[in-house]
Amino acid sequence: MSIWDELTGQSEAIAVFRAAAGDPAFSDRDAAASPSHPEGSMTHSWLITGPPGSGRSNLAFAFATALLSPGDPEGDAAARRQVEARTHPDLGVLSTERVIISIDEVRSLVTSSQFSPSVARYRVMIIEDADRMTERTSNVLLKALEEPPPRTVWILCAPSEADLIPTVRSRVRSVRLRIPAVADVAELIARRDGVDLALATRAARESQSHIGMAHRLATNEQARVRRERTLDAALGIRTVSDAVLAAGALLEAAADDAKSITEERDAEERESALRSLGVEPGGTIPPALRAQLRSLEEDQKRRATRSLRDGLDRIMVDLLSLYRDILLVQLGSDVEPINLAVIDRVRAAAASASPAQTLATLDAIATARRRIGNNVSPALALEAMLITARRAPS
Amino acid sequence: MAATRGAAIPQLSWGAVRPASVVLVSGTEEFLAERAISLLRDILRTEDSSLEVSDIAADDYSPGELATFASPSLFGEPRMVRVSGVEKCTDAFISESLAYLESPASDCYLVLRHAGGVRGKKLLDAIRGGLGGGIEVVCTELKKDSDRTDFVLSEFRAAGRKVTAAAVRALVAAFADDIAELAAACRQLLSDSSEEITEAIVEKYYSGRVETNAFRVADTAIAGRHGEALVLLRHALASGADPVPIVAAFASKLRTMAKVSGARGSSGQLAGQFGMAPWQIDRAKRDLQGWTEEGLARGISILADTDAQVKGEGRDPIFALERMVNVVSARGDER
Repeated sequence: MSIWDELTGQSEAIAVFRAAAGDPAFSDRDAAASPSHPEGSMTHSWLITGPPGSGRSNLAFAFATALLSPGDPEGDAAARRQVEARTHPDLGVLSTERVIISIDEVRSLVTSSQFSPSVARYRVMIIEDADRMTERTSNVLLKALEEPPPRTVWILCAPSEADLIPTVRSRVRSVRLRIPAVADVAELIARRDGVDLALATRAARESQSHIGMAHRLATNEQARVRRERTLDAALGIRTVSDAVLAAGALLEAAADDAKSITEERDAEERESALRSLGVEPGGTIPPALRAQLRSLEEDQKRRATRSLRDGLDRIMVDLLSLYRDILLVQLGSDVEPINLAVIDRVRAAAASASPAQTLATLDAIATARRRIGNNVSPALALEAMLITARRAPS
Repeated sequence: MAATRGAAIPQLSWGAVRPASVVLVSGTEEFLAERAISLLRDILRTEDSSLEVSDIAADDYSPGELATFASPSLFGEPRMVRVSGVEKCTDAFISESLAYLESPASDCYLVLRHAGGVRGKKLLDAIRGGLGGGIEVVCTELKKDSDRTDFVLSEFRAAGRKVTAAAVRALVAAFADDIAELAAACRQLLSDSSEEITEAIVEKYYSGRVETNAFRVADTAIAGRHGEALVLLRHALASGADPVPIVAAFASKLRTMAKVSGARGSSGQLAGQFGMAPWQIDRAKRDLQGWTEEGLARGISILADTDAQVKGEGRDPIFALERMVNVVSARGDER
């Protein structure tokens, strides 16, 4: 099995990377260019862009495996295992569970990019979520991206080129991923997770081809119920009072969701930190060590913020899909709706409002997403959003 | 003298402090504690002008310090030992002061300042239990307006000056936050004017100064008093309030009103349903008078927009706040 097999519906991008990984001109300057690997298909800085869930990071790691495997662009087993565990000595990865990537993290990555590879053909530096760098942080990268040491390769991942500053954009070769087709995602989910194709198709459609979300919806009953409740809550809003209560409920659901993900890990991390500091369980923490634990707690808090925001964003993407469907019905379009499972309620909702109202709600959802990104209180942003979703009872 | 008294020691207010071999000054109000300690020093000075005053920082205590300062001197002067930061004291301080309390030196007045907290509890319990025959001066924060009024009256009475009731009211309203500021204002008035202190004099010195908070601005705006709300907003901003909590105060008020607006039932039932106190529900019901459904909707939309503006989307947070006050005090009507 090749490293490229798990990536769904991205054949063009895969072809580009395959050719690059096999390019002899870059790794071995003396070898002649072979016809299957034309010279110049490899470069030192790459940017992978594509919608969330299209497999940007997976593709980045597949490419990294190919580059780190000695001589084999299809990836050998040892390199693959090490990349999967993120322990390969020539691989530097920067991914974040916070809202932004800090400048110090990037600085240390830039420093380590200057070393020559120890065992592999290349040293590979990957920045997932490169869009989470502020402008000041991005500037630290410029020199390293423009002229890395001969055998260092940078791979950045971001949702779109517009998320990066122009000076970074001009220093990388960009590879765009597309949204995989619903059928492709459904087929992957059905094959990998062993669920039946009808459920997989529904999950793929409702997640709008986001592979990670589709996997979650297909395998987690609770996630499906939560999604249905979100849509119900939005469709049931008649008054301002309803809107405020619904906003509270959505926020609570997102917070619970975020907490269930982070709480367990927080406790585990704390325990392992205490163990490595030599504090016995239940013992008091010496004052000199408190600063370390405090910095751990601050990191965990940042992760919780990010986790809550991601949860809210998922909710709002679900609501966007709902109002998109309502608008499609109102305009009499024959594009396939996303929320086929509740199509009757979508039709009823379409009859009780005008297309202008639906468009206003769609705008409000987009505004709320932007506001939450800008640190506006999530409760307030959601309330203002749902107030535009009030509809007279049909 | 030691350990002959009953289990509990006298607890006095800051103004009633008197010499004792151990004076524990407890409570969070730093200003009053300082007052009490300096008052005690003045009393001791008038008793014997050769008083020796020394200071110890309990959080940075080196063993033996207490015994050095407290032991009798060659000429037998009385000694006052002021210990600060007992709430952060070292273990050595606790053990040595406990040993000292067993047999206090004669003619030595030990003053311990403890600003609250559990650190040094053993020592406090021993003193409160009567060890060393001390007294405790309790300096709690003056939270109520009536306490502040009493404070102001006692300030003027101590200086032997007359003050009108209206003047006291104006002073307490102008300095609602910090007791030290209030005391400084009293001193200023005492030293600058020779006749009776009237409201006109307070007005002359501190006219137009009103301390307010975000919730008062929100209450006034929601009640529809537009001009007053704008003035209060400016006062709040001028006396150090941040725009972000002001928006949050508006949001929490309007959120409760919106929840209550659609609900039927008694205050008690609603309180249980929304997880709020019954008085909050009653308050929200009263606030809702004159508000319409559309008005609430517009009010909440403008709050979300203002929150975004004050958090960096707009260039002028003050303008955004004023626009918010305009819309809210018009009960959501467009102007």
